[in-house]
Amino acid sequence: MTEEPIIKLDNINVTFHQKKRTITAVNNVTVHVNRGDVYGIVGYSGAGKSTLVRVINLLQEPTSGSVIVNNETFFQATDENAKKTIIGGNDLRDRRRKIGMIFQHFNLLNERTVTENVAFALQHSPLKEDEKKAKVAELLELVDLSDRADQFPAQLSGGQKQRVAIARALANDPEILISDEATSALDPKTTNQILALLKKLNQEFGLTIVLITHEMQAVKEIANKVSVMQDGEIIESGSLLEIFAQPKEQLTREFIETATNIDKAIETISHEALVHNLKDNEVFARLSYVGDTTDEPLIAGLFRDFNVTANILYGNIEILQETPVGSLLVILSGETSQLQAALGTLRDHHVTVELIKGGQSL
Amino acid sequence: MNQWFAHTFPNVIYQGWGGDTGWWTAIVQTLYMTFWSAIFGGLLGLIFGIGLIITAPNGIAPSKTWFWIFDKIVSFFRALPFIILLAAIAPVTKIIVGTQIGTTAALVPLSLGVFPFYARQVQVALSEVSGGIVEAAQSVGASFWDIVFGVYLREGRSELVRVSTVTLISLIGLTAMAGAIGAGGLGNMAISYGYNRFATDTTLVATLLVLILVLVVQVIGDILVKQLNHK
Repeated sequence: MTEEPIIKLDNINVTFHQKKRTITAVNNVTVHVNRGDVYGIVGYSGAGKSTLVRVINLLQEPTSGSVIVNNETFFQATDENAKKTIIGGNDLRDRRRKIGMIFQHFNLLNERTVTENVAFALQHSPLKEDEKKAKVAELLELVDLSDRADQFPAQLSGGQKQRVAIARALANDPEILISDEATSALDPKTTNQILALLKKLNQEFGLTIVLITHEMQAVKEIANKVSVMQDGEIIESGSLLEIFAQPKEQLTREFIETATNIDKAIETISHEALVHNLKDNEVFARLSYVGDTTDEPLIAGLFRDFNVTANILYGNIEILQETPVGSLLVILSGETSQLQAALGTLRDHHVTVELIKGGQSL
Repeated sequence: MNQWFAHTFPNVIYQGWGGDTGWWTAIVQTLYMTFWSAIFGGLLGLIFGIGLIITAPNGIAPSKTWFWIFDKIVSFFRALPFIILLAAIAPVTKIIVGTQIGTTAALVPLSLGVFPFYARQVQVALSEVSGGIVEAAQSVGASFWDIVFGVYLREGRSELVRVSTVTLISLIGLTAMAGAIGAGGLGNMAISYGYNRFATDTTLVATLLVLILVLVVQVIGDILVKQLNHK
């Protein structure tokens, strides 16, 4: 596949000038999103995620860099003072219709009904009036809100409001959907419904989704690629699996922890007598693995081959992108030489072994 | 009853119904001044209020220059005491309506007196329309005018009606002063024919009529706000 990325953000800088200081919201960021990707951008608030995604549809004009969407240059400037190329006026509004956007606080028009909210996006559509009506009805059907067509946003729940917003964002058949913390104001159950809907849109219609969030959980559900953002910079990028299995940066680990709770488990288990009073021939370890490793009965093998017993205290196995990713907290006990050999075998099978307590002699 | 009324309110009867100094004439003058200056001053205020919102730093067409111009004009006219504006604006009134006294002449200072107040009220009302909604509209490719009419004015509709009610009531207050340039009206009735002639009964009835007018405006305004608000 040598297809050009549908969204190419290269060397994007966004700086704001306030009275006496300059704030760099986005610092030299490059992001390429392929057609059909669900691209998660994770970071704490203030990291510059929202500013970055607004560059895609030029709701935020960058200070410098280049924005190419669907092979069309939206913006191009080598630096702040250089001559810039920017798409504007009717052309820009036209392109924006092909980039849907949903928001944390839904941003529905409060004084319009559900139908009118969706129809608002079709004001400049070339469709005829009756075609527009049919389109709105079809969209409401898609988000399962046909029975709420004549209600006002105030009469809807958060999840319903977000579904109206999704219908509105999809009105002009966009190829790209930007989700700006779209599930952050929703409860966990509703969050999952919205994420399932986004996943369906991605799979059934090939919609490319750029999803920004501070919830790793959301990314874990639907993204296939992830970037982690901090202080206006992307500090780590990769496929969902790479990021989850081998996070390199501290912040990335923190985010993953929020989705797996493994650190919390370590913390809790460390205080238990079993671990607290760890014997000399025991070691408390964390075993992490990705993919097919899980198909082999490794733990059983440890006992069979090395007479090393594994007491599993905590386990977490996720299926990410149809690949299992697991973390086990175990106490391994056996003779030093045997333990050593056992750990070696585990590592040979691409299991990451992290000794948390004990095993100084290993 | 009639006898009692004639006995208690002799001066009210004396003013008569029609004619130059009659009650009906005064009521019509007040309504005439309120209506037309509400139209002219209201439009002007609406334009300035919208101007202040869209040219503000976080508006959809930020412009330091234009914001400064709108802001200073509004501030200047708001700072002028109305009774002084009535007199000071006379030469301009003469150019616009051909005379500087009378009910129609009063429309110029009334409109100029009410528009800055209304502009500020509109500014506050529209600033309550969330920036997020405006951004969402932009993200679906809404044009400048789509946003002004379809988002700001539509979303701010009930708030606009509320501030219009407030403005209309204060405008009724201003028309009472227009008597100073011979515009007539209920205010003039209360002062010139009532207070100045020690005809307390006339003042009382004129005041009562103004109060009824205010009440009617308030009630209609409240009903409209309630009907238009879906938040």
